[in-house]
Amino acid sequence: MALLEIKNLGISFGGLRAVDNFSITIEKGQLYGLIGPNGAGKTTMFNLLTGVYKPSSGSIMLDGENITGKKNVEINRAGIARTFQNIRLFKDLTVLDNVKAGLHNGYPYGTVTGILRLPKYFKVEKEMTEKAIELLKVFDLDKEKDHLASNLPYGKQRKLEIARALATNPKLLLLDEPAAGMNPNETAELMDTIRFVRDNFDVSILLIEHDMKLVSGICEKLTVLNFGQVLTQGDTADVLNDPEVIKAYLGE
Amino acid sequence: MMSFISYFINGLSLGSVYAIIALGYTMVYGIAKMLNFAHGDVIMIGGYVVFTVVSTMGLPPLAAILVAVIVCTVLGITIEKVAYRPLRMASPLAVLITAIGVSYLLQNIALLVFGSNPKSFTSVVSVPALKLAGGKLTISGETIVTIVTCIIIMIGLTTFIKKTKAGQAMLAVSEDKGAAQLMGINVDGTIALTFAIGSALAAIAGALLCSAYPTLTPYTGSMPGIKAFVAAVFGGIGSIPGAFLGGLLLGVIENLSKAYISSQLSDAIVFAVLIVVLLVKPTGILGKKINEKV
Amino acid sequence: MDKSINSKKFHLNKTTRSNLITYGMVIAAYIIVQILVNGGHVTSLMKGLLVPLCIYSIMAVSLNLTVGILGELSLGHAGFMCVGAFSSSLFSLLMLETIPNAGIRFFLAILVGAASAAVAGIIVGIPVLRLRGDYLAIVTLAFGEIIKNVVNVIYLGKDSRGLHISLKNATELNLEEGGQIIINGAMGITGTPKNATFTIGVILILITLFIVLNLINSRSGRAIMSVRDNRIAAESIGINITKYKLMAFAISASLAGVAGVLYSHNLSSLTATQKNFGYNQSIMILVFVVLGGIGNIRGSIISAVILTLLPELLRGFNTYRMLIYAIVLIVMMIFNWAPALIDFRKRHSLKRYFSKNTEEKEAS
Repeated sequence: MALLEIKNLGISFGGLRAVDNFSITIEKGQLYGLIGPNGAGKTTMFNLLTGVYKPSSGSIMLDGENITGKKNVEINRAGIARTFQNIRLFKDLTVLDNVKAGLHNGYPYGTVTGILRLPKYFKVEKEMTEKAIELLKVFDLDKEKDHLASNLPYGKQRKLEIARALATNPKLLLLDEPAAGMNPNETAELMDTIRFVRDNFDVSILLIEHDMKLVSGICEKLTVLNFGQVLTQGDTADVLNDPEVIKAYLGE
Repeated sequence: MMSFISYFINGLSLGSVYAIIALGYTMVYGIAKMLNFAHGDVIMIGGYVVFTVVSTMGLPPLAAILVAVIVCTVLGITIEKVAYRPLRMASPLAVLITAIGVSYLLQNIALLVFGSNPKSFTSVVSVPALKLAGGKLTISGETIVTIVTCIIIMIGLTTFIKKTKAGQAMLAVSEDKGAAQLMGINVDGTIALTFAIGSALAAIAGALLCSAYPTLTPYTGSMPGIKAFVAAVFGGIGSIPGAFLGGLLLGVIENLSKAYISSQLSDAIVFAVLIVVLLVKPTGILGKKINEKV
Repeated sequence: MDKSINSKKFHLNKTTRSNLITYGMVIAAYIIVQILVNGGHVTSLMKGLLVPLCIYSIMAVSLNLTVGILGELSLGHAGFMCVGAFSSSLFSLLMLETIPNAGIRFFLAILVGAASAAVAGIIVGIPVLRLRGDYLAIVTLAFGEIIKNVVNVIYLGKDSRGLHISLKNATELNLEEGGQIIINGAMGITGTPKNATFTIGVILILITLFIVLNLINSRSGRAIMSVRDNRIAAESIGINITKYKLMAFAISASLAGVAGVLYSHNLSSLTATQKNFGYNQSIMILVFVVLGGIGNIRGSIISAVILTLLPELLRGFNTYRMLIYAIVLIVMMIFNWAPALIDFRKRHSLKRYFSKNTEEKEAS
């Protein structure tokens, strides 16, 4: 069974069809790319998938569970986590606490336990910290764990967002332009990290990216969006050689 | 029945004052995206200026109002430039706290200059009262002038925004500051103009308010100011007809609840109405929905 | 090997150390005041200020939880203090004979005050926390005024037939001969036992600190702060924002209620006026929070104490007090937020001069 199955998804804003008749299937462990020109509806797709917007038509199945129209909190608990195009970190929390916030639902204890500092507090907090540091190490952020998130350089902020999303233990990870603002070295490093995450965290990844080197380097399959509709989808190499795709990107 | 009509008309008059004040709030909120907490205190300053000019210089009321309009306009522009402009990029919380600071500053300056004893304000209105229904229903001159002034201001302001370049610039800035800047609109100038208009209206509102309720203290402006903000939210913040509608409704609700429910609870009722409106329609009666970009 | 583990165990992290300093500061202040009082060095005027100092400290910490940690501006905090004050006074008066032990009765009164303020906080919070920013500020202000207004029209009396309530006047209560009016409309409550002492006040400050500081450094606190920093991101990682907003708001309200209990049990007659429970009071507390540093719990206590003492210490200052507070608010905000000044501070900050040294130390 596929991990994610979207059928005929659509949404309109004031009469404008932002996404129309969108279908996609993502298998377990797949690295999938969503590309298309600016304004094609890629981020809108992510917002639909994570419950920020409610779709006006179509259905979303995650691992056999219908999550169409659910709230974003429920969708995260069902197993979808994301990063944002315009970075949204908890800027006044430390790097460590950003990731620990991501561990919120995985490591529960009550408010009273926390205030009264009951033994469970110390036990769970310790586990949380260990898990968070383990995640930070993957992204080479463990040395900065006590820095405020807002003090990190741009590239590391993007990585921290991925770490925080991973902390929620998702089945599907959505990355919105993870390489934006990175130099070629950083991008190459990021590609390794993304592959590592996929191989070690039992997660499928759907990413939006403009950097074609990254897309062709790591994505196994691609879907191209144009004007809110699927232009074409399939194996990365085939899609990138499709004259329609080239036309959409370069214009006529 | 007559008493009901009389309460209702008085409510319209009070509501007209709220509407004029609410226009200042709503324009500033629409354009600078901030709650100018000090707006109510500009009204109070306007009242004191009229009072001082009339009682010490003996000028006619209309001239006094003109002086008040000039003083308040300058004051509004100064407040914007000194206190709010440096915070254009700051968090809304910081801006609001600054506005509260400005409000307190104005109150306490007035307290030092004019003292805490209430001044008895002589009405600026010389229009005679209107007697209707064989003398059973009396409408005071203040009431008539207030309602008429409010209507004139409404029409004037709507025309200004629709027909003039400056008015169109205001609309553009309220839609999208960045884009307006790129289109060559002087954003700072437009925001200053908005404060100027709002403060000039506050001066007029101050004169009318003090004519209807002739005791003037440094705190005269704060409660009507807050209620006018409630009116602006009620009608839909950012909307000029909304401020008008919200102001009138609030004035009527307040006066009727004073008359028929409890004079002590009338403020509580006004605030309760605000809460109910915000729960049912958070954008107010005529407000537009704003979506946050993700 | 063993040694390194031990040293790690005893190495306090930065937050714990900072919290201990805060507790220590309060305890040290308490001890110094006690020594001064016992030595007869404290005027009766100053003695009268001791409980209010505790009240304002608790109020400031509690408001800082809403403003600094939750990131929402509440202008109705005095309203929750009002709820705590009236509910606990009512409790104390009704239980005067039932619970003769003043200690137990006052302890229960504190719980009653905290619980009623928390309930008020939840009732206010459910609708209000859906709103954002300025709306929230104005609606909390409105709620504070409503609470104050409503308290002023309540008449409550007790006689052998039980309790009677009216919203009109005292005669409507139809009390029997010998019946007792407990809440007398705008005249409020008279005869609340004066149970509040400086020692109890300081204990309550410590408990307030314990609750707030431990909350901040826990899972729920992190959730609250993540909602403050970025609501959409918080939702995206599965944090129930309504729950945590409401939790912070209710805790903050209940602590304000505790301050109200201290307030009402420090006065023989309790009325709700613009001065004590109006928005002026709420804004006063906000001044404490802003001056002490938004989000800085220790700062709130320090500034509450200084700003309460200063007007009493400097004669003539009282006239200019609010004027100076107003200027302080504006200057603090501009100093913290104006781009030009932020730049200036970065270039000339002391931290920058010292940071080199600390880095070297850490490296060695």
